[in-house]
Amino acid sequence: MSAPTLTRPAPAAAPSGAPVRGGRGGLAWFWVLAVAVPLAFLGLFFAWPVVAMISRGFVVDGSLDLSGFADVFSRPRTWRIVGLTILQATVATTIAVLLGIPGAYVLYRRRWRGRGLVRALVTVPFVLPTVVVGVAFRSLLVSGGPLGFLHLDGTLVAIVAALVFFDYAVVVRGVGGMWERLDPRAEQAARALGASPWRAVRTVTRPARTPPIASSASLVFLFCATAFGTVLILGGLQFGTIETEIWVQTTQFLDLRAAAVLSVVQLVIVGVALTLAGRARARRERALALSSAADAVRPLTLRRVPGTPPRDGHGLALAAAGVTALVVVLLCLPLVNLVVRSLRVGDGWGLDHYAALGTTGGGMTVSVWAATLTSLRTAVVATGLALVVGGLVALVVSRRPRQMAGRRAVAGLDALFMLPLGVSAVTVGFGFLLSMHEPLGLPIDLRTSGVLVPIAQAVVAVPLVVRTVLPVLRAIDPRLKQAAATLGASPGRVLRSVDLALATRSVGLAVGFAFAASLGEFGATSFLARPDDPTLPVLIFRLIGRPGPDSYGMALAASVVLAVLTAGIVAACERLRAPGSGGDW
Amino acid sequence: MPKKISVVTTTALVATLAAASLAACSSSDDPAAPAASGGTTSAAPGTVTLVTHDSFALSDGILDDFTAQTGITVKVVQQGDAGALVNQLVLTKDAPLGDATFGIDNTFASRAIDEGVVTSYTSTVPAAADAAQHSVGEGLTAIDYGDVCINVDHAWFTKKKLAEPTSLDDLTDAKYKDLLVVPNAVTSSPGFAFLLATIGAKGDDGWQAYWEALKKNGLKVADGWSDAYFTDFSGGGADGPRPIVLSYASSPPSTVPKDGGPATTGALLDTCFRQTEYAGVLAGAKNPAGAEKLIDFLLSDEVQADIPGSMYMYPVSRAVDIPADWKTYAPLATNPFAVDPAEIAANRSTWLADWSQTVIG
Repeated sequence: MSAPTLTRPAPAAAPSGAPVRGGRGGLAWFWVLAVAVPLAFLGLFFAWPVVAMISRGFVVDGSLDLSGFADVFSRPRTWRIVGLTILQATVATTIAVLLGIPGAYVLYRRRWRGRGLVRALVTVPFVLPTVVVGVAFRSLLVSGGPLGFLHLDGTLVAIVAALVFFDYAVVVRGVGGMWERLDPRAEQAARALGASPWRAVRTVTRPARTPPIASSASLVFLFCATAFGTVLILGGLQFGTIETEIWVQTTQFLDLRAAAVLSVVQLVIVGVALTLAGRARARRERALALSSAADAVRPLTLRRVPGTPPRDGHGLALAAAGVTALVVVLLCLPLVNLVVRSLRVGDGWGLDHYAALGTTGGGMTVSVWAATLTSLRTAVVATGLALVVGGLVALVVSRRPRQMAGRRAVAGLDALFMLPLGVSAVTVGFGFLLSMHEPLGLPIDLRTSGVLVPIAQAVVAVPLVVRTVLPVLRAIDPRLKQAAATLGASPGRVLRSVDLALATRSVGLAVGFAFAASLGEFGATSFLARPDDPTLPVLIFRLIGRPGPDSYGMALAASVVLAVLTAGIVAACERLRAPGSGGDW
Repeated sequence: MPKKISVVTTTALVATLAAASLAACSSSDDPAAPAASGGTTSAAPGTVTLVTHDSFALSDGILDDFTAQTGITVKVVQQGDAGALVNQLVLTKDAPLGDATFGIDNTFASRAIDEGVVTSYTSTVPAAADAAQHSVGEGLTAIDYGDVCINVDHAWFTKKKLAEPTSLDDLTDAKYKDLLVVPNAVTSSPGFAFLLATIGAKGDDGWQAYWEALKKNGLKVADGWSDAYFTDFSGGGADGPRPIVLSYASSPPSTVPKDGGPATTGALLDTCFRQTEYAGVLAGAKNPAGAEKLIDFLLSDEVQADIPGSMYMYPVSRAVDIPADWKTYAPLATNPFAVDPAEIAANRSTWLADWSQTVIG
């Protein structure tokens, strides 16, 4: 990285600010690679398949035909699904953020017994296969079910509730990871100077919190806007979104023209959402005093600590704890329902379905345990890939170039790597089939090789890594780096001992997130042929679609396994997070 | 000191992950190695790739017997439901995903044939004569078939002392208001099969009125078959609220109580649409000879006898026995409704759009 023989000056292309000005050639090369490697990865495994698929819809007999736009937009249904997509995603994102902020506070800013368990628990919904969540939700809401009296089955409310169920963890983890490192002294100072708890939150805490909130909100919006199984199972086509319509047009009608037009519309909506989120972030983004979690996190007590003055924010903390407790109970309802149903054997109860997980009964090609191993193996590879690519992207995007063009380039790169979450899995999946037969002239049919599976998962996990690591990198006080440079550290050394050292703190969170996303991924990968070794979500999907109550029970039992596995891994990653010091210099 | 440890822990975590990725990369390359060269090994007589849908299944060891008999290894590639399968085959016909395909049904057969996805092959094994009874056109060989029918929960009707419906028309009777659930015709292939049953029964211009009557009578549309059967249906083991569901003629045997006694559900054989599944050699296959052998094998007694237990369909071959409880609880319809495959191919989009308009709104 700092090879002394290289004397090439920093190229203008390096999207860098101060660090590269030192003119160390090795460092310049590092930045070139840091931009080129992720771009090549995204270009090859995302942009190319998507372009291949969309161009199938616009190129007819070798010439460009854009008449599809006029045709698709003249259908009243198109406008309805565009409206429904924006409505569902906006409402669900708003609710997830409103509920997630108190959750982040209670789960990351306060310390209490059992916190680690609850943190892992709220992550479980994020990875459950949508078919399973559909079962868990619908059997609660169906008339005669435990919550049948609410009459929510097949309503927009049920869809929004399920979307919030999935994405609550995204907000809690995204906001909480940053919040727990925020130096509490500014807030304490404000309070000491006579500000009310609310005023302290408004003037000190909220501005600091806006970037991670905007960041999480944009993630949730993308997840909601591309939700597919949830919408179909809970609402059906009357609440169809752009995503479900692309699926129907592609897999059922083979109307590639309509699908291509809708893919472009989806890209536009996602692009607008990302731009808005980026603006909200950029307005507030600034260096923050980060401290160690140990300093920032206070214990949560139900009773006011004796001797503390009134109006110390105790009421706010209790309110947040109350909201969060309610949310956790609501999250548990479908999960408990799932466990209960997995224990149902015929007219009685038992562990039969769990015992069957080791077998290849019901005509499956592999046992659930074998699929679990496959899932773990691919998720490890995917997480490793996502960490490297996402880490590089976050590092590049965290620079603050002086020129306007440089800043734009950085912002553009940031948005670019979010796109995989906002583009239809069907478009990507079918695109893989079109583009990955002997890609780049290599004599390999990647489509059926299984190599693509972890890659496709990594493409989806990269944005999560970026969104987790980036806020931490951006919040690093530039004075810290200036101080290091003044003390004689080379730019490379500053990068290593300041940026990287601080960034590794959020690695545990990023690993957990990326791993969970890879484990649960059931989008593009479901279209990738995996000869004889399906991942767990794919196997669950196959099991649930097979006639026979035993397959169904096994699918539910396998989902419980997936949930427990996820919770365990996420909890382990949380434990591995480095509690080292941050801003106490 | 704790700081040091924590940094070390993080570094170790990253290093372990990186190492694990590498290890996993190389270990996943092992199974991938023959697969990665799948494009090339298919050319060797040693491997044949079968592209099929998610429901394809055979008992353990059957495909190994094929390898023992012929020396050919079978690689199974499963690509979503029947619709997704056919559409992917159409999209990739210039560089096919494999050599043989199984799972194209009579509702998609015309699209596959018209698009030139499969190439002509006529099997000469004994069961081929039985398969020819289901012929749909050049290039597709029938392997199995079954009926998609309305199922009723006997226990529910006995308890309510209500006579069970028997025909499509009964389902619009006010006696059976709010009792029927069917899967969505657009997103589920049994759902579409039932739409075809009503088109076969009521004609091209009569089915819309029938569905309007169903809707008025409290029809519930679920997303997929499993959703309808296991969540909404009262007889599917989960105590859902509705005692009438669209399912298969082969569903009742799985509702035979464990301690004996008759099945608690039954199929209404005057409400059925017949679904036939076909196999074919893919155009442009690298190993067409192997693909032909595999299709012959799918018609062998060994596979045909396994089909009811593993895929819940009837084998086309009359030479094999079907399970005893199928004879009792899963008889086939004598006169299922039928619609010409060419007509289905021509009208699929229009019908589904009309159906959505009428039923979903």
